[in-house]
Amino acid sequence: MSGKRKLLQGYTFMAPALIVIIIFTLVPIIYALYMMFFKVDLLAGTKTFVGFENYGKIFSDPKFWAAFKNTGEYVLIVVPIQTMIAMVLAALLNSKIQFNRVFLSIMFIPTLTSSSAMTLIFMWLFNNNGLVVNLIESLFGTKVQFITNPDLALAVIMIMNIFSTVPHFMIVFLSGLQDIPPVLYEAASIDGAGKVKQFFHVTVPQLMPVTFYVITMGVVGCFQIFDQAFILSNGSGGPQNSTLTFTLYIYQLAFTSNDMGRATAMAFILGIIIFMVTFIVNKLMKADQVNG
Amino acid sequence: MKKQNNILKTTVYTILILYGLLTLVPFLWSILTSFKTTAEISAGGTFFPEKWSFDGYETIFQSQFPTWVKNSLTVSLAVTILNVIFNTMAGYALARIPFKGRQFLFSMLLMFIMIPSQVTMIPLYIVISNLGLINSHFSIIFTTMINITYIFMMRQFFINFPRDVEEAAAIDGLTRFGTFFRIVLPNARASLATQAIFVFMGVWNEFMKPLLFISSPDKYMLTQGLNALSKQYMNATKWDVIMAGAIISIIPIFIIYIVLNKYFLKSNDQTAGIK
Repeated sequence: MSGKRKLLQGYTFMAPALIVIIIFTLVPIIYALYMMFFKVDLLAGTKTFVGFENYGKIFSDPKFWAAFKNTGEYVLIVVPIQTMIAMVLAALLNSKIQFNRVFLSIMFIPTLTSSSAMTLIFMWLFNNNGLVVNLIESLFGTKVQFITNPDLALAVIMIMNIFSTVPHFMIVFLSGLQDIPPVLYEAASIDGAGKVKQFFHVTVPQLMPVTFYVITMGVVGCFQIFDQAFILSNGSGGPQNSTLTFTLYIYQLAFTSNDMGRATAMAFILGIIIFMVTFIVNKLMKADQVNG
Repeated sequence: MKKQNNILKTTVYTILILYGLLTLVPFLWSILTSFKTTAEISAGGTFFPEKWSFDGYETIFQSQFPTWVKNSLTVSLAVTILNVIFNTMAGYALARIPFKGRQFLFSMLLMFIMIPSQVTMIPLYIVISNLGLINSHFSIIFTTMINITYIFMMRQFFINFPRDVEEAAAIDGLTRFGTFFRIVLPNARASLATQAIFVFMGVWNEFMKPLLFISSPDKYMLTQGLNALSKQYMNATKWDVIMAGAIISIIPIFIIYIVLNKYFLKSNDQTAGIK
């Protein structure tokens, strides 16, 4: 077959994907790089060059720092917890128990549920008459307000996120566990290591590459948290900015304040943060691997 | 030693059963809530309904909810079909047709996977509005009809696909397109199914795009409708209505899950976790 014919065939097969990607990914990326230096008012149809002013405004904006703090806290708390729970559950399910298929099928359910349905369910669980609030009241005699308390609203979203992402990562860990050679466990067992010791000295180090994947995906996902915060706070990020996440604030800037240039600049900052954190995680995990 | 093993086993089962319960209770509580009366809900009440009521479901079905379900079904099915065909074609070309520029395209696609959707969110909105697609379902269909992650997955699949099957088809006189649709696709059934499930679930559960692109209630997607529903009924503590909506929205995915369970749990694919 001639090169020309292959070229034609190749691009014919790629055409639908390429057209969509060019119009809806490449063009927006290039446009974003341009937009962040402008003050864009879509309603008035105006566009004024402002240089780096958008960035200056962002860094002197207390709401930006609130979003920064919330999202940072969110990543630091959610990622380690969900990774650990997923890893332990996967190890338990892998330990030749009966009915593991049943356990697995049940535990996977939260991952199937949309973030909107899940948020409503959790808002009801943590509502004034909700199960969790009633349970705490009957156990400790105090009525805790979760959703309206600025110190606790973000925690509800954190719990919800852990609840719905653990099953997916558990499956990823399970497939990783299947690749660990049984010889390693036999050797450890001959050396007198119990099951718990085996977990820490064989399973955890052997799962390192999978753990790296899970942490990276967790970090990327957590930095982008939006749906839950939006629905829980009705788009406001309240109470008192306590659920204002990075993405929610980008949304507010663009569609409530109608300041699309600044919103794009902030999205760009988010992109850079995600790249940097992923890079650092990568470096740290690789370093650990060498030491272990 | 044996005794110690038993203790260990009991611990393992206990933890798994507890976590299983922890998973089920929120859903169970929501289902039960959807059958309670509003009076019972605002009074606090018990775990099980004191009096079973279908008011929540009645209210739901008299609202625009059925329209939202229909919208979500139509858009999700269209997006799924387009994704499966186009991602697979692109993946196939990247794996099997040695055309000029292939390597460059592939590395470009990999780069795009890493860019968070927020960066393109606002310019994408402007592109959509310039195309006149705001408040049209095509805005969602066009922007989700391709998924680079699955192009990548299909490429990996086709790299391992036996070449002689294709060569035999070519000798029998089939064109590249004929070979692709009649020989290659049927043999890729498992990965097509996996792809279809996750694409469908992704669109069905998508929240942000409908929020940005769709504005009139009769065009709402289900997730967006749920949000509207919660705004409308939350202050009246009509949680039975809200929970009925949430439960119905889960049912289609749940049916797919029960039928195609093996694809879900086998999927250690690198995609479902990415938003």
